[in-house]
Amino acid sequence: MVGWAPRARPRLAGMTAYLDHAATTPMLPEALAAMTEELARAGNASSLHTSGRRARRVVEESREQLAAAVGAGPSEVVFTAGGTEGDNLAVKGLYWARHGADTRRRRVLVSAVEHHAILDPVEWLAKHEGAEVEWLPVDGVGRVDREATRAAIERDPRSVALVTVMWANNEVGTVQPVEDIAEIAHRYGVPVHSDAVQALGQLPLDLAATTVDCLTLSAHKVGGPIGTGALVARRGLDLVPVLHGGGQERGVRSGTLDTPAVRAFAVAADLAADRQPQIAARLAALRDELVVAVLAAVPDAVLRGDPDRDGRLPGNAHFTFPGCEGDSLLYLLDARGVECSTGSACQAGVPQPSHVLLAMGVDPDAARGALRFSLGWPSTEADVAAVAEAIGPAVERARRAGLASGTTVPAVVATP
Amino acid sequence: MKVLAAMSGGVDSAVAAARAVDAGHEVVGVHLALARDPATLRSGARGCCSVEDARDARRAADVLGIPFYVWDLAERFERDVVADFVTEYAAGRTPNPCVRCNERIKFSALLDKAMALGFDAVCTGHYARIAVDPGGARSLHRAVDAGKDQSYVLAVLTPQRLRHAIFPLGDTVKVDVRREAAARGLRVAAKPDSHDICFVPNGDTKSWLGQRLGRRPGPVLDADGQVVGEHDGAFAYTVGQRHGLRLGRPAADGRPRYVLEVRPATDTVVVGPRGALEADLLEARGVTWCGPAADRGDPVGVQVRAHGEEFAGVVETLRSPDAGSAGPARPGGGLLRVRLDRPVRAAAPGQTLALYAGTRVLGSGTLTAARASAGTGR
Repeated sequence: MVGWAPRARPRLAGMTAYLDHAATTPMLPEALAAMTEELARAGNASSLHTSGRRARRVVEESREQLAAAVGAGPSEVVFTAGGTEGDNLAVKGLYWARHGADTRRRRVLVSAVEHHAILDPVEWLAKHEGAEVEWLPVDGVGRVDREATRAAIERDPRSVALVTVMWANNEVGTVQPVEDIAEIAHRYGVPVHSDAVQALGQLPLDLAATTVDCLTLSAHKVGGPIGTGALVARRGLDLVPVLHGGGQERGVRSGTLDTPAVRAFAVAADLAADRQPQIAARLAALRDELVVAVLAAVPDAVLRGDPDRDGRLPGNAHFTFPGCEGDSLLYLLDARGVECSTGSACQAGVPQPSHVLLAMGVDPDAARGALRFSLGWPSTEADVAAVAEAIGPAVERARRAGLASGTTVPAVVATP
Repeated sequence: MKVLAAMSGGVDSAVAAARAVDAGHEVVGVHLALARDPATLRSGARGCCSVEDARDARRAADVLGIPFYVWDLAERFERDVVADFVTEYAAGRTPNPCVRCNERIKFSALLDKAMALGFDAVCTGHYARIAVDPGGARSLHRAVDAGKDQSYVLAVLTPQRLRHAIFPLGDTVKVDVRREAAARGLRVAAKPDSHDICFVPNGDTKSWLGQRLGRRPGPVLDADGQVVGEHDGAFAYTVGQRHGLRLGRPAADGRPRYVLEVRPATDTVVVGPRGALEADLLEARGVTWCGPAADRGDPVGVQVRAHGEEFAGVVETLRSPDAGSAGPARPGGGLLRVRLDRPVRAAAPGQTLALYAGTRVLGSGTLTAARASAGTGR
């Protein structure tokens, strides 16, 4: 038996409603055009000849454009290969610099609801570099407790290496009081980092107007390419590099700059910042419709995160569905052409109960039934309508499956 | 039909899924995550639920062009298979975790969930055949490839379960399955077979059990009750075991000694000569049938271990199991006694006893006693 070719099964559902923009969002046409144009040219921005100078000019213009989009100065932009790298550079770079300057500074204050790109570097520092991690608690909507943060800093300010709190949570969308926290930390000379990957394009970001010391950005969440990002770090902030090499990016981040990606990122960020008020208003209105539709179809669904629309990302709607498992819902919705996410995934693709929900005090059984719908610039009424139509039957079916397989019933595990 | 293909990441389940697609079914691939932390289960090319295996399964699904998901059944697996395995060993029995997994996970938790989600059947890469008679009744049979036949570990399936099972590989020998996988462009075509218990990382069941049950030293006795050695935990011994006994004194006859019995209540291991391991009267409980039940006096084939030899025998005693024994907890009823034409060696309590009529699987039970009808017995 020979001659098989890979079979592509055409999707039966026709149109796909994509509601996973927090995972990644399609490139903006302008960014795509800029990137493809640049990909057709050659030139290493570090080279001194004409081609190199041309590439360098593109990079520097992009740097200026991106800086302007987030209220920073061009020299404050360090290009990276994405949000994870930016988070690693911020957390490790700050820790090493601060601990190196004063070995008493070993404490890392970190919110309990950070992305793994923060959690894992922090835990790595604790395991390998002697850092002491202190988790900043969150309330029931997932917002970091200001007073607990203040108390943690004031207990012994001299021993704090850094504070890191995300701008807005990637799962439940809760906007964090980053500026308040920075204000407290700065009274004691403690630097504050914020992972703003989800915020760019959805919320106003203006580094000049805040006291936050550095921000992580990612290109592909705002219509730029995957694999590019930036750490926007305030002038004078000391960072020890994670990547060593040719000394690009002021020696903080070595590696040949990806000129086409950098240009596309700047174009996308510029447009996103420019359109942010309109996009946010449009997405928030769609999101509110989606929440109403889901709660109408499934009355016992629980909206997680801040119920106040101003307290959450405009494109985010996050629910838990009692008696359901997220993976059943994902399958059932996917089969109906609705693409969304449980909000968290491990490498094998298993939806584990989310650390964000657990930190918010959601019980593990309820956390298993989590689903995140996230809207982005291409989202329309049709996407919301698709969810409204599919969610009721999907939840009903997922409940039966949960009962049938016994996986949503609290299990008594015999421990020998 | 809407078919859920259970995909372990190995070559067999990948080809089985491919054949289900070819048969015109609407197929969705699912990899079962059976451990909370998949990385801990990784060991060489063995095991069946590591991150690499999930990736291999996903790649096979990509090649077949079918949707693919990972389903988390770790909690059920821990409770129904792993904890059961430990409990059984702690009680001095020798369980077969693959049988338990088929009975309680693949064709129970997974099948039930699949049905509730709207699937009609579950397809696996097991080597076994399902025959359908003109009246529509289904029966389970040994695979064509005798060396790979897995009907033994499926002998727990009831008619209700069989109705929703698809085993596309039963009529094919393994080398052809590998050849077909290569022809289909499946990268797992040459992936080594898994052999060991998937949740025991390096195949070292003894130390794995030791970690879970702790050190429980006790005496090793001979058949006369004389202490001939010591052990660190009776649970680590299996009836018929010869190696690793650490006996101080040689036997009077100078012949090797074997584990005859494990008595967990007193942390005692009993050893004796090879002949004492032979048994022709086997008793099983929790008997279920894949189709019509056997009758007293029926000649049957008896198999007591995976890939073990089949022994001819006859059904002596039979008490029917409780009605509707499809649930995960095998009811206590369903007693069976068979007499073999010639004795089997080292049949240990806890093992699955599968009954055959020709190639057809009649049913199975859990072995509770094995003894010789004449002579010393044990």
